[in-house]
Amino acid sequence: MSSVSPISAAGLLSTSSRLSTYFYPTATALVILTIWETVTQAGWVSPLILPAPSIIISTMVEQMSLLLQMAGVTALEFLLGFALSVAVGIPLGALVVYSRPIELAIYPLIVAFQTMPKAAVAPIFIVWLGTGISSKVLIAFAIAFFPVLVDTVVGLRSALPETIHLVRSMGGSSFQVFWYVRFPNALPAIFAGLKVASTLAVVGAIVGEFVSSDRGLGYLVLVANGQLETPLVFACVVMLTILGVVFYFLIELIEKFVVRWHVAARQIEGLVNH
Amino acid sequence: MRSSSSVAPRLAATAAEAESFVDIRNIGKTFVARGRELQAVDGVTLDLKQGEFVAVVGPSGCGKSTLMMMVAGLVPPSDGEITIKGEKVTRPYTDVGVIFQRDALLEWRTVLNNVLLQIDVRGLKRANYEKAARTLLARVGLGGFENYYPWELSGGMRQRVALCRGLIHDPSLLLLDEPFGALDALTREQMNLDLQRIWLEDRKTMLFITHSIWEAVFLADRVVVMTPRPGRIATIIDITLQRPRRLAIRETQDFGGYAAMIREQFQAFGLLNEN
Repeated sequence: MSSVSPISAAGLLSTSSRLSTYFYPTATALVILTIWETVTQAGWVSPLILPAPSIIISTMVEQMSLLLQMAGVTALEFLLGFALSVAVGIPLGALVVYSRPIELAIYPLIVAFQTMPKAAVAPIFIVWLGTGISSKVLIAFAIAFFPVLVDTVVGLRSALPETIHLVRSMGGSSFQVFWYVRFPNALPAIFAGLKVASTLAVVGAIVGEFVSSDRGLGYLVLVANGQLETPLVFACVVMLTILGVVFYFLIELIEKFVVRWHVAARQIEGLVNH
Repeated sequence: MRSSSSVAPRLAATAAEAESFVDIRNIGKTFVARGRELQAVDGVTLDLKQGEFVAVVGPSGCGKSTLMMMVAGLVPPSDGEITIKGEKVTRPYTDVGVIFQRDALLEWRTVLNNVLLQIDVRGLKRANYEKAARTLLARVGLGGFENYYPWELSGGMRQRVALCRGLIHDPSLLLLDEPFGALDALTREQMNLDLQRIWLEDRKTMLFITHSIWEAVFLADRVVVMTPRPGRIATIIDITLQRPRRLAIRETQDFGGYAAMIREQFQAFGLLNEN
């Protein structure tokens, strides 16, 4: 019974593989930035079209308080939109799995709604809710909640029939089947949905700001663009990227904590497969 | 604990009545698949005596797993009825340990917590069972692995955990559905030896589903041979080999005789073609 070997193998490889996961993308980014800087500094491209990275950074430093203020607004929008998509998506997913009538009645509609381009619907939300934060939250929610719902449904359905039989043979109720088996089993899938949703929520907030707003990074992008302040546009994009990446990794961090068992098992699988 | 409470009424009852523990009466199961009715099990009548080890062998798809699911009360029969301890099974029967071919361990629970799932779901006090769980795990060679996660274990170890989970609440009935079917040959033999030992120590009533003739003869008091679909009982063979049985018993003439009887049944079904 040699069970310990995969664990020690993971321990051996993890340090070097962790280093390379950071090293390679960083190196690639540095090369691209260097070429970018050289090309723009040489004057081959107009700074109105593509400002040098150094100029973008100095703009960011100069405008930091404005950028932070706008970032705060946008972050609030997508965080609330994301929270709403979790609060609606997960319970709705459970309802779809547990109630055939609900599945038949609403699931096709939700899928149909999903195919609707949200950017086209955004102006309607603005009409309904005004140009304030709530319309952006709703748009972020409308874009982000679908993967949460779908992955919750997929996750809840993916439990092994045997595990469900098992809990029932212990006298377990439907709720106990949900609590002990279906829900924990669905968590890896739910987190996959949350990660997709986290990036979509950011998109949703920006779409909302583009349509109508007087605050936020999306708003600032429009204003700066209108004034041909290209470095500020880029600064906004960088800011948004940072926000998005931080948010994504925050969720991945929570995932690592909540579904440690899955993350660890996945790493072993990765080792076996490569 | 449950088994001890059942001793008193058992003694009071007549001998014949007391011995019948699981009573399967003319049970049948029809599934509907693709608009067609499919008879999986047909007219099976079988008695399991208290403390008896009964193995059911049959070709794939003969409904032997369905039979077990019906005994567990997890699948309702289409015809006939099953009574356990004189009580008709209409919902999941809970004085039972169920072990499937897939170990069905919960990946997010440690070995110990997987065993204690049985206790958690039943709303029993963990503190009263934790020591027993550790002892049980040690008994099947998993001492020291209590805090491991399932993915850190081999297939054989995982199935041992499943076995412990099926035993921790001391059920009077154990239902095993091809529990060792996914294991390598060597591990499988060890598991057979372990299961025999556990059975000899506790004498729980066992319903053991398998498609291995060898395994059935080695383990059981009685081997029920089922026909291909629809699953009916072809014959029931009493195995009177002495216990504890050792691996070498396979090479004895008696063992070979039993195995041959079952194989001949399978050949009579046209399942094994030697030409």
